[in-house]
Amino acid sequence: MTETQVAPPDKTETLTTSQPELPGDPDSREASVAKAAPKTTGRKSPVRKKKTGNATAESMAKQQREISISEFFAKNRHLLGFDNKRKALLTTVKEAVDNSLDACEEAGILPEIHVRVTQVKDDRFRVTIRDNGPGIVKAQIPNIFGKLLYGSKFHRLKMSRGQQGIGISAAGMYGLITTGKPVHIISRTSPRAQAHDYSLAIDTKKNKPDIIRDSAIEVDWDRGTQVTIELQAAYNKGRQSVDEYLELTAIANPHAQFIFYPPTGETIECPRGTEELPEETNEIKPHPYGIELGTFIKMVKETSAKHLGKFLATEFSRVSDAVAKKVCKAASVTPQTYMGSVSPQVAEKIYSVLQETKLKAPSTNCLAPIGAETILTGLLKEIKAEFYTASTRPPSVYRGNPFQIEVGIAYGGELGSDKHDDVGEDENGKGKKDAGPGQVRVIRFANRVPLLYQQSSCCTFKAVVETAWNNYGLSQSKGALPRGPVVILIHMASVWVPFISEGKEAIADYDEIRKEVRLAISECGRRLATLLRRKKKKADYGKRRDVFTRYIDEVVSATRAIATINKEDFRRNLVALSKVYTAQADMEFDDHGKVIKKKKPTDGNDLGLQNTIVVNRNSPPTDTAAYDQVGDTGDEETAPNIADAPAPGMLFDTGEPKRKRPASKAEKSKRSGKKAKKKR
Amino acid sequence: MATKRGHTAPAKKSGASAKRSSFGKSRAKKNTTDQNIEALARAVVAMAEDEQDPAIAIPTRSLSNVAYNEKTRHVEMGGNKQSRNFFNYGQAKRFMQTMLVASKCKELIAINKTASIRQIYYMAKHTIKGTKEKTFDDQAESDPIIEDLEVAIDSLREELHVFASNRGNLAGPITLVDMGNTLDCAAMGSAGYAVPSICEPDMIKFKKCGAKFILHVEKDTVWRRFHEDRFWETHNCIVSHGGGQPARGMRRLLRRMHEELKLPVFVLLDNDPWGYYIYSVIKHGSINLAYESRRMAIPDARFIGVSSFDYDRCDMSDDVKIELDASDIKRAKQIGNYPWFAKKKPWQKEIKKMLSNGFKMEVEAMISKNLSYLTEEYVPMKIKDKKQWLD
Repeated sequence: MTETQVAPPDKTETLTTSQPELPGDPDSREASVAKAAPKTTGRKSPVRKKKTGNATAESMAKQQREISISEFFAKNRHLLGFDNKRKALLTTVKEAVDNSLDACEEAGILPEIHVRVTQVKDDRFRVTIRDNGPGIVKAQIPNIFGKLLYGSKFHRLKMSRGQQGIGISAAGMYGLITTGKPVHIISRTSPRAQAHDYSLAIDTKKNKPDIIRDSAIEVDWDRGTQVTIELQAAYNKGRQSVDEYLELTAIANPHAQFIFYPPTGETIECPRGTEELPEETNEIKPHPYGIELGTFIKMVKETSAKHLGKFLATEFSRVSDAVAKKVCKAASVTPQTYMGSVSPQVAEKIYSVLQETKLKAPSTNCLAPIGAETILTGLLKEIKAEFYTASTRPPSVYRGNPFQIEVGIAYGGELGSDKHDDVGEDENGKGKKDAGPGQVRVIRFANRVPLLYQQSSCCTFKAVVETAWNNYGLSQSKGALPRGPVVILIHMASVWVPFISEGKEAIADYDEIRKEVRLAISECGRRLATLLRRKKKKADYGKRRDVFTRYIDEVVSATRAIATINKEDFRRNLVALSKVYTAQADMEFDDHGKVIKKKKPTDGNDLGLQNTIVVNRNSPPTDTAAYDQVGDTGDEETAPNIADAPAPGMLFDTGEPKRKRPASKAEKSKRSGKKAKKKR
Repeated sequence: MATKRGHTAPAKKSGASAKRSSFGKSRAKKNTTDQNIEALARAVVAMAEDEQDPAIAIPTRSLSNVAYNEKTRHVEMGGNKQSRNFFNYGQAKRFMQTMLVASKCKELIAINKTASIRQIYYMAKHTIKGTKEKTFDDQAESDPIIEDLEVAIDSLREELHVFASNRGNLAGPITLVDMGNTLDCAAMGSAGYAVPSICEPDMIKFKKCGAKFILHVEKDTVWRRFHEDRFWETHNCIVSHGGGQPARGMRRLLRRMHEELKLPVFVLLDNDPWGYYIYSVIKHGSINLAYESRRMAIPDARFIGVSSFDYDRCDMSDDVKIELDASDIKRAKQIGNYPWFAKKKPWQKEIKKMLSNGFKMEVEAMISKNLSYLTEEYVPMKIKDKKQWLD
């Protein structure tokens, strides 16, 4: 404290400077602050008037105490996605389903998840989610569901859906706050074990589970976990609904089966599209580029390594003994330096040397992208389009965190049915700008989890907007989404997805991420452009035939007026010729402007593009058309039940041909696809 | 300039029976034209039967397909032909239109009547069944089709029983028989004799001629000056005009008078690139109708004015200058490069002079000196002085 420190002791909230000031220096900013300070003290009564005198440091100290995290979130529920009734329902389902999928995959089980939402009364709903996962050990149940920030995922760098471990317990807490009902959990770890039945409340003050009931129970399922939460909520269909969340989750997780019982009474099934579980991912050590100084210093303190060199080589990704030596040399310390003697100054030096050292990018085996093939499977079964394409970028790195971007595009088919169905010829609809096709739908995923809110602040969304879609045959106004019957899927896989907020709705805008998204989009965009160009060409040929057809009668009658000819023969010949000369329009012509796949494909889809499927949704499939592709699993029982068969011979640039999915059953299910999807 | 759009010539229609006899002479040829049209149609049918794209071969009517024959001094059409295909998106409509026009001409021949090009347009124009599209939208579409048909079946327009509007007038000591009427062209009143579209020998016969030469001027206004001043009387000649670039009727009549009556032809035109080209058309034939040159070109015609040198020679005032614009300069150079001008030094000098002058002049410029300067001094001086003629 110096002589300029003139704040009265009772004005603790006046944060005055403690730096020595030269009162005579009028140019110094600090000085003006210092000058201002005596002014306030000069006035005996502060601006803020209080009824009960000013607080003292001592009186304030009485009020200062630890805030439990649970308490904090109870007051700031919007941070976790419980802003309103509708979102609360969605978030609850989402957290539970995410946990279920993570658990199943980690245990190597093909997920089968039942979601039931029942309306108890007006705005009170009961949500039950049951999976066929490994179950939870009895002792852990209270911690997992009754304690915030408790989980297996936070302390490791591994690709998974959940990260912080607040999701499901926050949902339970929300339910408790709004309805007073505890969370009800039933878990069974194997057919031989008995199921546990727990009712838990969260003690929001202590961030501790409060066990209300703990008993054994008989259930008719072998294994898994069932969570029931009663909460204040609102159920709607449409965008940002539970329905949409499940639809999108089914797209990104075609290996999972979902059965949804909404309060409206029907049963919505999202059948499995593939039998392959996502590849298991490895945990990785942090990459030096990706950690901050504070974290680094903390690691220096907490490491079990004895020497500096060893510490660097063992605790970090891509730092070998040789690199560690080099780093130490550059920081003018020996690798043999005892860890206990590493001062924060030295640590900082090493940290900055590390940042400047050229290091290999982190290994990417920690990433499990969905894969172009699987994206196609997911899109194909959930979105009734006519054209699908997908692209998986090679892994890349932002701030030392490996990530991988994938993009899928679905075009046409039923997507455009409620609006204009053709975008490629948008320019024909001059003067009716508003009547044009709607904006495309962007569906975003992070580690296979759909992101439903904050679309416009998401990095991926920005990448879509800044792509020049006009080059790919879609119309786009400046700074807006392109228009057209298109769904654009964007998936980011990473050990650490940089979300903008705890609500996990939008991916932060890193240049590296945006660039990768853009590249993936343009790859798919180019393929879409190929399709649209071809469609346009076909339409042109259609127009051509129109012209010829229109003139044939004129030519015939004029010719007949000149010479005695067989009018009918002549007309027939001309009509036949007009078909020959506009043969390219035929596919188009017979089918309302939609593309038809070739009957006998030679090398994959008829556009000759990688990772692309073209489906004809207008004419019934002919027997020869779709099913030359025979699955080599040969197992009819486990054949994936996809609603639509892929076009024959689709090409995959990744993955071996042996991975082709069997499609034997698909034909039947294609015909009854819609019925199967919505059973009453 | 008169428009090309020929409205009906009612006299002709009403005199159809008279015409029948007048066409009698060319009956042999008429059958050929008839057969040519039919052959064209049958070829189209045969191609369709052969699974070929039905096509009509049409000789190309452009500069690229004309050649200057130095022997005959005619602009002649080359052998290049364009195929007009039905199954070509860009040509389908014109193909259909060609067949339509052909059928209408066939019809005219069959009933032995003639129709103007505008009538042909109306005859062939109708809405295509089941659409809102018309077979023709404008006469500008049907006129070139008629010319296409002429060249495609190698028939003349009158053989197709089609005529254009009357254009051009003449006056002078000559007596003609037109449609059985004997006409003294020295006694035709203020408008003179209107030259019809078809001036073939079976239409117009020369009965008596006292003229020594023909003076052809560019347009009606100039012709009226000469007519009013009775130039044809004082100089014993025929004065004619073609209303700008002379139509086929006028050109055919000039040629016949030149050939049959041995009258030299002098041409008086504006001093501008357009005037040069009109002269070139009269003398050698036009590029568009190069196939007609053999019966229309007058290789011995002479250009007497207005020359670029006349500005100085006649001591004209500044007021008559009309500045050349970019298109004039371009066109003048283009004309200078035509093969039939390229080797003529006096013409090259003339064109160069116009370009160096930087201005053009109309024939009327001569009137600026005084009203009768043109007819009483300028033209007589020009006709007398052979050195001032341009070949």
